[in-house]
Amino acid sequence: MIRLFAADPLLTGDIDLTVLLIVIVKTLIIFVMLLVGVMLYIWAMRKVIADMQNRIGPQKAGPFGILQSLADGVKLFFKEQSEPAGSDHRVYLLAPYLSIIPAFLAFAIVPIGGTVSIAGHMTELQLADPAIGVLFLLAMSGIGLYGMMLAGWSSGSKYPLIGSVRASAQMLSYEAALGLAIVGVLVHSGTLSTRAIVNQQAWTGAGSIFTDWYWLPAIGAFVIFLIAALAETNHPPFDLVEAEQELTGGFNTEYTGIRFALFYLAEFMNVITMSAIAVTLFLGGPNGPGLGFVASDSWINTWFMPIFWFFLKLMVLLYATVWVRASLPRMRYDRLMDFSWKVLIESAFLWAMATGAIVVGRNEGWNLWILTPAVALGAFLIYFVLMACVPSDKELEEIR
Amino acid sequence: MWGQQVVFWLLAIAMGAAAIGVVRSRDVVHSVLFLVVVLAGAAAQYILLAAEFVAWVQVLIYIGAVVVLFLFGVMLTRSPMGHDSNRLDNDQRWAAGVVALLIFGVLTALLVDAFGGQQINFGPELVAQGSPQAIGSDLFRTFIVPFEVVSMLLLAALVGAVVMARKD
Amino acid sequence: MTEFYREYLAVAVLIGAALALVGLMLGVGKLIRPVRPQADKYITYEAGSDPVGGWGQSNVRYYVYALLFVIFDVEAVFIFPWAVGLEPLGIFGLVEMVVFILILVLGLVYAWRKGVLRWA
Repeated sequence: MIRLFAADPLLTGDIDLTVLLIVIVKTLIIFVMLLVGVMLYIWAMRKVIADMQNRIGPQKAGPFGILQSLADGVKLFFKEQSEPAGSDHRVYLLAPYLSIIPAFLAFAIVPIGGTVSIAGHMTELQLADPAIGVLFLLAMSGIGLYGMMLAGWSSGSKYPLIGSVRASAQMLSYEAALGLAIVGVLVHSGTLSTRAIVNQQAWTGAGSIFTDWYWLPAIGAFVIFLIAALAETNHPPFDLVEAEQELTGGFNTEYTGIRFALFYLAEFMNVITMSAIAVTLFLGGPNGPGLGFVASDSWINTWFMPIFWFFLKLMVLLYATVWVRASLPRMRYDRLMDFSWKVLIESAFLWAMATGAIVVGRNEGWNLWILTPAVALGAFLIYFVLMACVPSDKELEEIR
Repeated sequence: MWGQQVVFWLLAIAMGAAAIGVVRSRDVVHSVLFLVVVLAGAAAQYILLAAEFVAWVQVLIYIGAVVVLFLFGVMLTRSPMGHDSNRLDNDQRWAAGVVALLIFGVLTALLVDAFGGQQINFGPELVAQGSPQAIGSDLFRTFIVPFEVVSMLLLAALVGAVVMARKD
Repeated sequence: MTEFYREYLAVAVLIGAALALVGLMLGVGKLIRPVRPQADKYITYEAGSDPVGGWGQSNVRYYVYALLFVIFDVEAVFIFPWAVGLEPLGIFGLVEMVVFILILVLGLVYAWRKGVLRWA
């Protein structure tokens, strides 16, 4: 008899009702945060872009039009569904689920606050902290891909199919770059757990911003991550999925009403999650100075300030995404693919190796003032050798 | 302890049902989706065994990349509109059933023979064994040569892809 | 061990709750939206005109990128445990990984030279 699953008397004993309740409360908080967050983000995006273009933007629903996206969402509930006659019914129904569930799940690993005590339990303000944290994010964005691919395919229509093939090829290309960019942080942190990564970026004074937060030590990885994250979430200037002029709505053209709303929601939730992950990995997550004039163990410094810092950083990044959306024109598809495979992935490799060399050298006790320029020189040399090996676009034309 | 048993059997039954779905579906995409369920179930079983890293690698590589490749192949060639001409079926079901049973029997016998008496000791050590750090240390200290051979294998796959893609 | 399962219990709760929420949204939509069937509504969208032909096949180039992605994803999975365990591994680990990556970049350069990475 196989008895693989025999022991662990602890399992049922230790997970009591309080723990389960805390998990449920955190789940609800994540839901509310993501849904309200998307609502406010879309509103703010429209307002900011309107400002940048000398328009007024939404202003009718609620004060400053803040309820505009809610009104849009409610409207979609009342819309008739029309599924194309030639669709694959079951897959057509499944696709919105596959898009939005991973979008919810990915946020589970984001630490939004410090460690606090609720009803006698010390708990971290994040839903789950698996030891493989960052892999979880990549896995979820991999599953989100299915929603997109299947939505386009199951509609049995031409534009959605082209849109979804395009979108999934784009997401695959940039997921590779995204994963390799994260390596630049992992080399420093030595762990994949988001909580541990955040703890290593603890606030020890204003100098922490430059020495402890990973954005500067891993500046190359940070830049690659931001670009790849924008492309991964199909955010402008990488929004070729929904290039209206050529593809109408892209993969979700044949979806109407509330099912369309789910795709839309998932897209914006992904933008928020990716920004939150960027905050976690590179900008110290919830770490920041506490208030000096209140006791360090009062609720203001244990509960409020970390959450405040997290959301402040998140909002700065989200504002940047809106800015990018308003400023940059959409990229051409061939350039988009070239950019990932010919620039980002190679740079991410180089950055990871260079950081690896510096970290190893530091452990060996080598002089960093000599080591760093040497590594940088080596990286540039490798880069130039690489570029000398590959043909230019003009030469490629001749090969074909 | 019974918690793990219950979860194991739930997952096992779901995986079995999905596996039957893979071969019973008449549409390739449906088959592929059932295959995803089986692979996800395997990942969940790994988690149950505290092999965390392997579990998520399973999701990343198999569900996130290999099956996506299958789907790409299907999407580029078949559509829901072309249902009737693309139905998957043949008249060798009984032979297939016999072969499947045989493989099941052989695998069960082998596994029971090899690991039948062993027990897994659940505890922090088991979790530590499944961590990326432990796997990295195994991989880069003990299994250096296989690791470098993997890179040659991947290179071969890459060259294969290039050859396939070229028109001449 | 319990800690370990607790993380995934939380993930399972979140999956369940997300399913419930999405189901609820779709269910509410089903209750309140109008249904007025009409054959013309179920024709696929094609810029206003009736759809022409059955099926446009896509470019095989997309498939090549998917293939390349599988290869680089497998590679990334090897790099992750290397990156988190780099400090104890030391110089030897670094050299191993540099060799590993160089071999693969060689493949990428080959693909590039053969014009596979070029769209159009």
